[in-house]
Amino acid sequence: MSITLPEDSVGIVEPQQFHFDEPLSLRSGKVLPAYDIVFETYGELNTKKSNAILICHALSGDHHAAGYHNGDTKKPGWWDSCIGAGKAIDTNLFFVVCMNNLGGCGGSTGPASKDPETGKYFGPDFPVLTVRDWVKSQVMLMDRLEIPKWAAVVGGSLGGMQALRWAISYPERMAHAICIAAAPKLSAQNIAFNEVARQSITSDPDFHQGYYLEHGTYPKQGLTLARMVGHITYLSDSAMRAKFGKTVSDFETEKTNFGRDLRSGKLSFGFDVDFQVESYLHYQGERFSENFDANTYLLMTKALDYFDPSVDFEGDLSKAFLNSDCKFMLVSFTTDWRFPPERSRELVNDLLKAGKEVTYLEVEADQGHDAFLLPIPRYISAFRSYLCRVHEEICQDAP
Amino acid sequence: MRPDLEIIQQWIEPESRVLDLGCGNGTLLNYLKSTKQVRGIGLEIDEENIQRCIQNGVNVIEQNLDQGLSNFQSGSFETVLLAQTLQALSNPDRLIDEMLRIGERGIVTFPNFGNWKSRLYLATKGRMPISKFMPHQWYDTPNIHFCTVKDFDALCKTKNIHVLTRTVVDSQHQGSWAVKSWPNFLGEIAIYHITKG
Repeated sequence: MSITLPEDSVGIVEPQQFHFDEPLSLRSGKVLPAYDIVFETYGELNTKKSNAILICHALSGDHHAAGYHNGDTKKPGWWDSCIGAGKAIDTNLFFVVCMNNLGGCGGSTGPASKDPETGKYFGPDFPVLTVRDWVKSQVMLMDRLEIPKWAAVVGGSLGGMQALRWAISYPERMAHAICIAAAPKLSAQNIAFNEVARQSITSDPDFHQGYYLEHGTYPKQGLTLARMVGHITYLSDSAMRAKFGKTVSDFETEKTNFGRDLRSGKLSFGFDVDFQVESYLHYQGERFSENFDANTYLLMTKALDYFDPSVDFEGDLSKAFLNSDCKFMLVSFTTDWRFPPERSRELVNDLLKAGKEVTYLEVEADQGHDAFLLPIPRYISAFRSYLCRVHEEICQDAP
Repeated sequence: MRPDLEIIQQWIEPESRVLDLGCGNGTLLNYLKSTKQVRGIGLEIDEENIQRCIQNGVNVIEQNLDQGLSNFQSGSFETVLLAQTLQALSNPDRLIDEMLRIGERGIVTFPNFGNWKSRLYLATKGRMPISKFMPHQWYDTPNIHFCTVKDFDALCKTKNIHVLTRTVVDSQHQGSWAVKSWPNFLGEIAIYHITKG
């Protein structure tokens, strides 16, 4: 049976894999002696090799950013709304690369991989990686793909932080950094949510100090809880009201919608799920727990907590950008309370202080932090137009 | 290009840094970028204008001028522009101080309320003037701080601002000898090139 995919989709894609024998020195002082990187590409690399864009994924993302995998034509990649023919990241113009970060669980070497030296799962012995380490490994992939310079490095949330780190560490190898719904570093509140998520995982009896795979199990309950907490921080109050307030009763009009839809039409007077929002969070958490590695979740949240490029510059992030001769685009969303617009403005101000070329948009959107993944018209138009400029610059540079 | 912008661009040095406050759709910055290799940044709050700036390849930051410019370093630009925006600001005097803190020079253009047409309109009709340049009713106008050439001269004097050049043009944007002789009466658009005194 043939299935028709949307016309602007990149279609059926197949992940690729490279093995690297060059040891990777990590910020923690540890060394990853060898590793695999799994990645996908969309579009065609031009003969000048000047039209490549790197997509950096966020906490729960992976290399599957766009298109469909064979056998799963229902669910496209995590950023399919933005990557494809004629989309914001236009695969007719650009060669798009997205890798699964090291420490991830999408195929690149991570805690759920087996250590070739011992034949056992790395589990909790897999080194804690930082954004800086990821960017280093992305350079390794870039070199293997023989891409001299990215036209742009693009990411949202934790992915945006990677774009910033790129601009600080390897500015000569990129022309533009596009950083969406990110922050210069996490606040105490951000770290607190991450710690609740980590505690949920590590206190699950099936966690076994991280050696759950050796025990043939996994901390399903803990991972579910972690995701439930995380998921709340990705949504906004208004988005939740709209999502869980579909039934407009006599008491609740659209104006007074609190999102209190009941699951079964009446209260149970017990301690089980009563409201739709509860059932939704359970479902999301459980589905996530079946597809994600708990040690990876711990690692990713630590990478977020540790991200602070200003530490090498006496706390002054503007100094970190002094040598960044790339151009910047930043976008924030009004109802994002995980990384609110103020956090993006801090970045903009540091970039201005460093005398950089910056474009910044504060997009009115109800969807909270998740907005960066959604097709919000103003955001998409600006994103597309900016990348058109990036493409024009490539064409001008070509002799 | 808008005629006041035509005059402004002559005062911008090649390869200099320009901050355009209320940059509109980025026409001027785009022009300066392509003809003078200027490194420009525009500030704008209108969504459509911001989108047009991006399409024009102009660096634009969504920022409300009424919330100040404290995020800009002193002396970080050669020129700070304020074209046809002065009259729409909550605190125009403070913004001019900020312009001259951030830039070595400032360029300000505004519609001259002392123009004879405004005077005649007010004198004969007794109502707030409405024209091609000022098409709004008094209650819904974004232009809350109209001033005249004389008013602005007085402000510059009070603030010890040095006026490098003052150009006043009429509706054809020509600075004839008559307009030069009676700027506050015949001039429709005032264009000031200023620096700290």
